[in-house]
Amino acid sequence: MPSSPVQAQSSDAASPPAPAAKPPAKNHASGDRRFKALDMTMKRHQYKPDALIEVLHKAQESFGYLEEDVLIYIARGLKLPLSRVYGVATFYHLFSLKPSGAHSCVVCLGTACYVKGSGKLMEALEAELGIKVGETTEDGKVSLMAARCLGACGIAPAMVVDGSVSGKQSPESALDKVRSLQQG
Amino acid sequence: MSVKTLKIDDIDIAIEEGATILQAAKEAGVSIPTLCHLDGVTDVGACRLCLVEIDGSNRLFPACVTQVAEGMQIHTQTPKLQEYRRMTVELLFAEGNHVCSICVANGNCELQNVAIAVGMDHSRFPYRFPDRKVDASHPLFSIDHNRCILCTRCVRVCDEIEGAHVWDIAQRGAACYIVSGLNQPWGSVDACTSCGKCVDACPTGAIFRKGTTTSEKERDRDKLEFLVTAREKREWTR
Ligand code: SF4
Ligand code: FES
Ligand code: FES
Repeated sequence: MPSSPVQAQSSDAASPPAPAAKPPAKNHASGDRRFKALDMTMKRHQYKPDALIEVLHKAQESFGYLEEDVLIYIARGLKLPLSRVYGVATFYHLFSLKPSGAHSCVVCLGTACYVKGSGKLMEALEAELGIKVGETTEDGKVSLMAARCLGACGIAPAMVVDGSVSGKQSPESALDKVRSLQQG
Repeated sequence: MSVKTLKIDDIDIAIEEGATILQAAKEAGVSIPTLCHLDGVTDVGACRLCLVEIDGSNRLFPACVTQVAEGMQIHTQTPKLQEYRRMTVELLFAEGNHVCSICVANGNCELQNVAIAVGMDHSRFPYRFPDRKVDASHPLFSIDHNRCILCTRCVRVCDEIEGAHVWDIAQRGAACYIVSGLNQPWGSVDACTSCGKCVDACPTGAIFRKGTTTSEKERDRDKLEFLVTAREKREWTR
């Protein structure tokens, strides 16, 4: 779910971005090897600003999500404004700015599943977990996501829990699955 | 440079190749309503208010980003266009939270002007009443996202004229909003020079100077164009 401008800012306010004047660091100060992978990707694209999406992909892949630190690092490396990097990172579904939960639960909202009541599944799961689609529970256990047709329309409504597909779900069976995740 | 001749609402006009229909219309004395267009910065075709019809095509074309071509016959005031324009403005009103009576820009607002021009008296679309924020962290200015129509004029002015690129668009679809820096409070964005060009650029009361209250917003729109001419043509007198 979109973080509305001011809500999300309260946490950011405490950690202002690193001073903009520094030259593009060759290595991230933390010595984290994952930044090396980022450096290589940026280098391969000659630090061209239009490589932003590729570089964000690499970052998402190596870090699991795009934390502020990483976004600033990329902005500096590709010589892009921070707001541009943030805009692109929040535009695409594939990027996530928050760590995802230990377990994932994807409900198909494709046409066939929707007709078979996956909207109700989603509602029930949102209510049970106390989060909206696209969010992760406070305790970091479960991320709830939506998909557009998994190619499993024959067993609609379908959901995928930690990578395994289950079909013909009812709100009750979906809730059971999620409850066992929460215990685990 | 070669010249193109065309007709806009049956008025003959000749204009250099590469000009937009909007420029040609201005030259011909035909007024086309606009919102995201701002003299002095590039056009992006975001608001779709400037749509026109061109003979020989059943598509509608945004005048601000469509280049003129030889022999074009353009219509700007057909009943279809008038209907669509009104609908576009209604959608803008329904999308945000636009309460003129308590707005700094009341009486000096391009959205309001355009609503009057297209004859909108109410919105036929249900209001969304989105939950949007106000950022008053900057010492001189504030941004009230409730009043934002996402025209991106502030984004372009800040990027193209001031060169600071404080603003951009975050998120997608209905969740879009104008973001400062890395989703930081405006007041803590290093890049902001506090020049106030975004206040002048904003067509509504979304970006305003602190201390302005209802109906008090003033803008110096010509300043932006002046700066561009000064830079490009080296003319430093208005
Ligand atoms: S803040 Fe004003 S100038 Fe910026 S996008 Fe919104 S309405 Fe347009
Ligand atoms: S619509 Fe859900 S699998 Fe196709
Ligand atoms: S003025 Fe042309 S699309 Fe906004």
